[in-house]
Parts: sequence; structure tokens; C-alpha cells
Amino acid sequence: MKGIDLRLALPVLSLAVLLGAVFWMQPRAMSYTGLNLLFNLAVPIALATIAQMLVIMVDDIDLSIGTYVSFCACVTATLLHDTPVVGILVLAAGVGVYAALGALIELQKLPAIVVTLGMSFVWGGLAVLLLPAPGGASPDWITTIMKARPPLMPMAIVACILLALASHLLVTRSAMGTLLRGVGGNARSVARAGWSVVRLRALAYGLAGVFGVLSGMALVGLATSADANIALRYTLLSIAGVILGGGEFTGGRVSPVGAVIGALTLTLAGSFLTFIRLSPDWQIGAQGVILILVLAARLLVRRRRTA
Amino acid sequence: MDMRAVPGASGPIVELTGAGRSFGAVRALSEVNLSIGAGECVSLVGHNGAGKSTLVNLITGALGPSDGAVRRIGGDARSSGIRSVAQELSLAPNLTVAENLRIPQRDLRGLFWRGRAGLRIRTALDEVFPGHGIDAAATVADLTLAERQMVEIAMAFAEGEVPARLVILDEPTSSLDASRAEQLIAYVRRFRAAGGAVVFISHILGEVFAVATRIVVMRDGQIVEDRPNGSFTRAGLVEAMGHVARAATARTMLGPSGAPEIVATPEGLRARAGEILGLAGLAGHGQAEALARLYLSRTSNWRGRGPVPAAFVAGDRARDGVMPLWSIARNLSVAGLSHLTRAGLVDRRAEAGLAQGWRERIGIRTDDVANPILSLSGGNQQKVLFARALATGAPLVVMDDPMRGVDIGTKSDVYDMIRAEAAQGRTFLWYSTETEEMTLCDRVYVFRNGRIAAELGREQITEERILAASFEMGEGEA
Amino acid sequence: MIGPTVTRPWFWAFAAAAVTFAATVALTGSQGGVELLMATLTFASFSVLVGLGQMAVITMGPGNVDLSIPAVMTLAGTLSLKLMNGAAGMEIWGLLAALAIGVAAGAGNYALIFLLRIPPIIATLSASFVFQSLAIWSNRGLRIKPPDSLAGFSTGASLGLPNLAWIALVAAMAFWLLIERSAYGRRLSAIGQNLRAARLAGIPVEGVRAGTYVLSAAMAALAGFLLSCFSGGAALNMGAEYLLMSIAVVVIGGSSIAGGNSNVPGIWGAAMFMFLIVSMLNSYGLGAGVRLVLTGVIIIGIVTAASGRRLPG
Repeated sequence: MKGIDLRLALPVLSLAVLLGAVFWMQPRAMSYTGLNLLFNLAVPIALATIAQMLVIMVDDIDLSIGTYVSFCACVTATLLHDTPVVGILVLAAGVGVYAALGALIELQKLPAIVVTLGMSFVWGGLAVLLLPAPGGASPDWITTIMKARPPLMPMAIVACILLALASHLLVTRSAMGTLLRGVGGNARSVARAGWSVVRLRALAYGLAGVFGVLSGMALVGLATSADANIALRYTLLSIAGVILGGGEFTGGRVSPVGAVIGALTLTLAGSFLTFIRLSPDWQIGAQGVILILVLAARLLVRRRRTA
Repeated sequence: MDMRAVPGASGPIVELTGAGRSFGAVRALSEVNLSIGAGECVSLVGHNGAGKSTLVNLITGALGPSDGAVRRIGGDARSSGIRSVAQELSLAPNLTVAENLRIPQRDLRGLFWRGRAGLRIRTALDEVFPGHGIDAAATVADLTLAERQMVEIAMAFAEGEVPARLVILDEPTSSLDASRAEQLIAYVRRFRAAGGAVVFISHILGEVFAVATRIVVMRDGQIVEDRPNGSFTRAGLVEAMGHVARAATARTMLGPSGAPEIVATPEGLRARAGEILGLAGLAGHGQAEALARLYLSRTSNWRGRGPVPAAFVAGDRARDGVMPLWSIARNLSVAGLSHLTRAGLVDRRAEAGLAQGWRERIGIRTDDVANPILSLSGGNQQKVLFARALATGAPLVVMDDPMRGVDIGTKSDVYDMIRAEAAQGRTFLWYSTETEEMTLCDRVYVFRNGRIAAELGREQITEERILAASFEMGEGEA
Repeated sequence: MIGPTVTRPWFWAFAAAAVTFAATVALTGSQGGVELLMATLTFASFSVLVGLGQMAVITMGPGNVDLSIPAVMTLAGTLSLKLMNGAAGMEIWGLLAALAIGVAAGAGNYALIFLLRIPPIIATLSASFVFQSLAIWSNRGLRIKPPDSLAGFSTGASLGLPNLAWIALVAAMAFWLLIERSAYGRRLSAIGQNLRAARLAGIPVEGVRAGTYVLSAAMAALAGFLLSCFSGGAALNMGAEYLLMSIAVVVIGGSSIAGGNSNVPGIWGAAMFMFLIVSMLNSYGLGAGVRLVLTGVIIIGIVTAASGRRLPG
């Protein structure tokens, strides 16, 4: 338990520091509406980060998650809105494809980085076919959920807490999640114990597909329409979120709670830069600098821990 | 809670009749007849490549027989209660000790599975290694090598859906110190008494004699002897394996007292040119770390030119030594690459010549040094790693328990070579978990708790003295 | 004789390129064949240049990848054009400036990896954000033309081959020598197989890694410089497609993503294939959506087929 706490300390701290800076510069942000604005886009990013984490957990990386979320958003804004049954079937097929990719990668020992790279073309193409120009509409029930105003805390924060809890139970606590992390840690010994690593990897990818669908839905619920490029930057954001949250690229070392916090930190960094009215030229560079600073802090904390 | 084997099922737990296994044209195992019943401890002995691993794989079902039959009491290995602890470590380092038990045990699921897993592994650890001090909630990556091996062994004996009936231990004490090894041997006896069976593979003959009820000797893929323990003598056993035991010849030349001192570290390691310096003590007491620190401080992270100041011989081949994609020649030349480079390019003819020369000198068993390194047996890979270090011409050679899993024949060849090289002025720092090897050194530092606890001169190096210095007075763990 | 050739990892990249070429020419007629070949060689050159650098990085094993290639291309392209300002006589200074930017960017990338001990993916990604901002800031919507000499050179041909193809060919041969025959190549491969064992074998691990990231960024800068001369000016998104491209050509070309094993000829085959596939689908009149989907399916198909060859069973 102690190790988990330490691993989480830094993501929590960096989120707190950033939040403190925002509040200091803009005290009005310290309100229900202010928080809602700040974290508005956090939910879809957090869901995509969890999806990425599930793939990183089994020692792979998903370079297609951004285009996949875009695709899911397009399906949600078109098929799911117009003909819900078809929409659900298509989204289920998307999850099926993800699971199949996991199986293919294990069976043929393919490099996930290339397969998902190829898939990013596929999802992107399908999204363009579905929605050549921005448009579509969000199904009402999704908008209702995403724009709900629960008491005490804005929806974005409530949803992120629920997501963190659910994925913690799924990945860290459950017997199946432990086995999946075992695949990341030592796939050979999992295979030798008689488990089908093909099935396990398919399961991890399938779960990632489910979270990708949820991310696309949440995004449409917030944006109320979609376009084929709506979530392209999620690929890089989700990878950064997992790492900021204390996860590592290899060895099945991931933290779902940390990943959600990492996603929140990234969202907040975006809002923060808008707040300080940074010239648009430098916004993207500043995001890079923030990422670097957080990682530098992580190094310092680790040094202290080992010293 | 009784976590030992359930007696009752009669007949052998596993029976091989005329079993054989080929890999392509290579016949790894032939005509094996072996039956293991409850209450037995069968020790498998033989050199590297004698067929022990293949036999184990047939018993566990990891490989099927190409001829003959393998019958198990419950069909497949899992329902028969056949479990094995492999030579290479097979835990998932990112999971906790208790979580690792989830991998082999399928009934650990549902609510509160973590509690049950923790209980099972704690009970098993307490029974096998009393006073182990391992937390079931600790992440495996944070454990020492010895602790990981203890966890693996305990997992094999832990309570499960199907109780353990036959446990295969392949070099189970390779990372354990003497007192833990004794605990294991005592536990194997209790396990046997309760109706369990054990296959015990070890290159330490003392352990074999202490634990076995039957000793099975293998040579060239066949069983050449299968007799009760009492009917073998040490020399007879070694002879049956196909090697004549060679008494370790004591060094005749004294350590060169007048030679310049070339090593002096903050923790107090000092060595003169031409010395063979031993690092002894219980496993995991800081010897490997001291060597790694010394080696890393002597070599550069940034520059790769000029003479090689120090060379390293790894004991954990897969982790620290072998480049799996490369040929034998490339593996051999890599450390001394700067000597083979002209204008940035590798002189491939010189490289082939170097590899050829060492193949003959150190006896690497291959017909072509261009063959992949992984085509060699473990012992021969180890020879390549020795050759890699010696070929650098480095004045200082650091050896991190380099004889793990190496057969006796290779060992005595390498001992001779080390002596010859030391006589020409090279310095060797040698960490070994085998006390016997320390008697070949000029001087021995005994480590305890990460510090040097004693320094023994030539005449003082005996097993008793090393052991005495390894344990704190009055509170030996054994 | 056929056996060993087919098992060469680069064989599949060239086979795929040849098939796509044939399929395209079948439609356009042999008239278009030469033209298509020249276009392929020209456009493949950019992918080859960035692919070679990326290959060296990927050879260092899992986690090693340079995501800053597009940003470095853009930065080197914009700044060098700005320096030359369209004037004759400044060409060599422009090229040197571009290469210097590449070396500096690579050193920056590596400094982050080394000092912060962070995975290269994240380090190069964060750094690329900064490089991109620098490019935006320095460019500010201006579109400076390259000197006429460079514009002419980069679109011209010598001895029947596009000038750019010559450059990429020479670069590929230099890389082949570097990877297959030099001590650096050996050390690179060792690091990719087992970093820890490489260090314990006395390999100057950090030196090799630093050099490799600098090399990759310098290749990206060279490609960016040539691309902006070729297309008559630098655009802020001009590197974008080369991120996925650089990784795709490495892997389709038969280098192992697991590290330790790289393949120079395959980069050329893969780069030509990647261009040809798009022009084939274009000439069959397929829309952007279908084209993307097919490109993706074909990449996965090739990687699956190639891996089936390399790892039987």
C-alpha cells in the first residue's frame, strides 16, 4: 500500500500546484462554475487515458487511440443519434476489432506500435467516410448526462472520481486485472501457468476499446457535434497522462488513479495557459514546458526516495 | 491448514515409459523410464546438456514426448498437483508477492481473493523458510534475488485448488545462502514424510546427498543410473556423470606482495596487480553491488576508445551478459571492440581470428563461431562471456558469481585459466556464492550487511572461517 | 537461391512496392510509368532521410522513438529559409544552419532523456512542443522562398535520377556502413538487445545514445531543409505526415521494433511503397476515407506477413 501511495504522491502534488496557481491568478475559478469550466474537457481525456493505460499495462502502446476516439465520436453523432441500434452495433464492432487486434498482436508477435499506427489510418478513414464535414448531433441522453449539474461538485469532477474508482477496482484490485498486469510484468510465466495470453491480451485491448467508445461518447456529449479529427491529439495526451500519473511504459506498472489525475493535470494545463493569456504562438510550447517541469519534479521525488 | 500433499491416491504420480524427445535432428532425450511415487525425493544430476531440462519439461507437460508415453496421476500437470520452480526466475516483478500467486492458482478469484492469496503465501513461507521476513504485500521488484527465489519456492508448496503432490525444484538454492538452503532441505524432508514427492535438481552434491531418497544420473539424454541415495559415493556419482573429479589444486604462487595496488575503494576493497581477490559471505549482502559500483566507476558511459580499463563477467547471463541476437564471435568481441576498430569500422577478419583463437583456448563447443550464441549450452555461453572479458586485455576483471549453473568440467578449465592470467599480472575480483571457490583466492573479503566484515589472508581461507565471518556472533540464522 | 532472398526482411518491402507500382501503371499505362517512378523516388527520399534517423533510434530498443521529427523538420526549414532569405550565395549557410538546428534539437532531446530520466517518447514529445512553438514564433505567417538555385536543385535531376534521390541514396549507403560495419553500429545493436548487458560489456551507453538522438534530429533537419526548398517555402505543418511515416518505413522495412536489429535497404523499399500505395489508390479514384482505410489495412497486412516469415510457428 505504501508503494502505491508514494507512486501517487507526485501526480496529486502536481495537480495541486497547478490548481493553486490557477486559483491564485484567478480567484473566481474557485467556484462551482469556475471548476466546471476548468475541467470541462477532462472526462473524455481521462477515459482515453484509461484506454491507453490498459494497453500500456500489457507492455504495448496504442498510437491509434486518438483516431479511434474520433471515429467513436463520429459514430455517436451520426449513427447512434439517428439509428441507435445500428450505432450500438457499430460501436460494439469497434470494441471487437480492438480485441481482435490484441489477439493478432500476441499470435503473430507483432509490434503493437506499428499495428496501432496502421489502425490509426483505418479509424481516421472510417471517420472521414462517416462524417466528411464537421456535423452530426449528440444523442440527447448523452448531453443530459454530460451537462448534468450534480450538487457540491461539477459533473466533470464527479465523473472523474467515479472513473478513478471503477478503474482502480478493475485493474488494481480484481483478480482478472491482476492477471492482466501479470501479462505486462512477465508474460512468459503467465503463459507457463496455462493461461492463454492471446485471450488475455485480447481482453486488455477489448477493455481499452470500451473506454475509447465511452471517451468518444463523452466528447460528443460536451461538443454536441463531431468531426473526423475531433480527438487526434488524444493519442499524445493519453500517453502523457499515463506517464504523468506514475505509469511506466514497460513491465505492467500502471496506476489507474494516477492516470485519471494525469489526465486532469493535462486538462488543467490547457486551461491555465488560456488564463494567463499566453500568446497563441507559445501555448503549445508552454504545454511542453509544463510536461517537462512535472517530469523533473518526479525525478527529484524519486531521488529523495532512493537516497 | 495442511498445505502438504494429500496422500491417498496410490500409484506413481508420474510415470515415463520409453519416453524420448527430439528437436529436429537433435535427440535431447531417449528411452527414459522413470516413475516417481509419493514420499520420494528424486535427485536428477548430470552435466549441462545431459537432458535434465527436457526431462522436466516432459514431466510438466511443457513438451510432449516424441516417443513413448508420459502418464500423470490426474491427466495434465495442474490437476495432478505437479508444480515446478524453474531455474530462471518467473515472478511478475510489478505484482506483489500475494498477487503473484494468482498467476498459477486459478481458484483465486471472486471477492476477497486477495485475503486468501495473502494467507496461502504467508503460510507457505512460514512453513518452508521460518523467519523469512518477507511481506506478502511487498512488490516483487523490491525484493532481493534470494527473497524472490524463496517466494517462488513457497508458491510451489502453497495450498491451492489441487494440492501439491510433486514439486520440481530446478537449482532451487542458486541464490540462497547456506542457512536458507538448509531450511529448504529440512522442509523437503517434512513434505516427503507427509506424502509429497520432490524432484530436486542441483549441482551442489552436498545438497543432493542430504535431500534425495533416489539419485538419477543422466548423461547424453539418457538415464545411466537410478539408485537409492545410500548406494552412491561422492566420487562414484561424479564418475557416473562422466567427469573425473579433480581436486582443486591449491595455488602454488603466493599473491604478489610487491606489486602495485590498483584497486582501493571507499568501502575498503584493496587489490594488487596479479591478485585473485574473493568476495564471500551470504548471498545478497552487498558483494554484487560493490563489484558493480567498482566496475561502473572504472569504465566510461561516454567514451569508447582506447584501452579497456576493466572487464566484467556476468553470472546472470540473460540479464547481464548475452546479446541474444548475435553470433558467438560478436558476443565475444564486443567488450574489446576498440582494439578491433580501424577508422571507426570493425576489422571483421581480426574479429573472426580473435573468436577462433578463444574458441580453441577456452574450449567453446561449436563448429563455427558465426553460429548464434543461443545455440550454445549455458556453460558454453558462460565460456564466451569469460573469453569476452579476458580478450579485452583489461588489467582488472570483475566476476559476479560467474559459475552459476556451470558444470564441473567447465569450472576447472576456467579456474586454471584464471590462475594463468593472474600469474601474468591481471587482477581478478571474484564474488561467488560457493564457498569452495573462495579457497582458490589469494585473499578473501567476507561481506555482511553491505560491509566488509572480515579480511582473510591466504592461509586463513577456510569454509569455517568464511562462515563464521558471514554470521554475526551468537545470532546465526540457521 | 530464392530462399535466402525471401527470408531477408527487406524483401517484402520491395516486393510490395513493386506490386503497387505495377498495379498503378496497369491503370495509367506505361507512359505514366517513368513519371511515376521519378515522383516515387523524389517523394520517397524525404521518408528515407527521416526513416534512417528514426531507424537508428528505434534500434536502441523498446521505448526509444523520436517523436520530434516533424517539429525539427519545420523548425529547420523555416529558420534556414529565413536566414537565406532567398538570396543567392547563402545556400551553404542555410544548409549548415539547418544541420546545426538539428544537432541542437537532438542534443536537447537527449538532455531531457538523460537529465530527467524520462522515457524518450515523452521527452521528444515535450521537446517537440517547444520546437513547434519556436517555429510558429519565427515564421509568423511569412512565406519566404528558397534561393532559386536550391529550388532548382531540389526539383532537378542528374544522371536520370532526381537529385533528392541521389542524396537519399548516399545517405542510405552511409547509414549502411555505419550500422553494419562500424563500432558505433555494433554498440547500437548491443544497446537495443540488452541495455544493462551492453553497459556491463563496457559499451559507452550514454555516448552512443546521445549520438543517435543527435543523428536522428540532424537527418530530420536535413529532410526539412530539402523539403522546404523542394516545395518553395516552409509551412508550419509540413513535417506532420512524417511522424507516422518515419516509424512506418522503419518497421515495414524489416527493422525489429524490439530493438537490436536494423535494416537499411528496407527503408528504401518501404518509403517507395508508402508513396506508391497512395498514388495507386488515387489513380483508382478512391476518396480520402477509403484511401486511408486501405493504407492502414495494407500496413498491418504487410507487417503480419513479414512477421509470419521471420518467426515461423
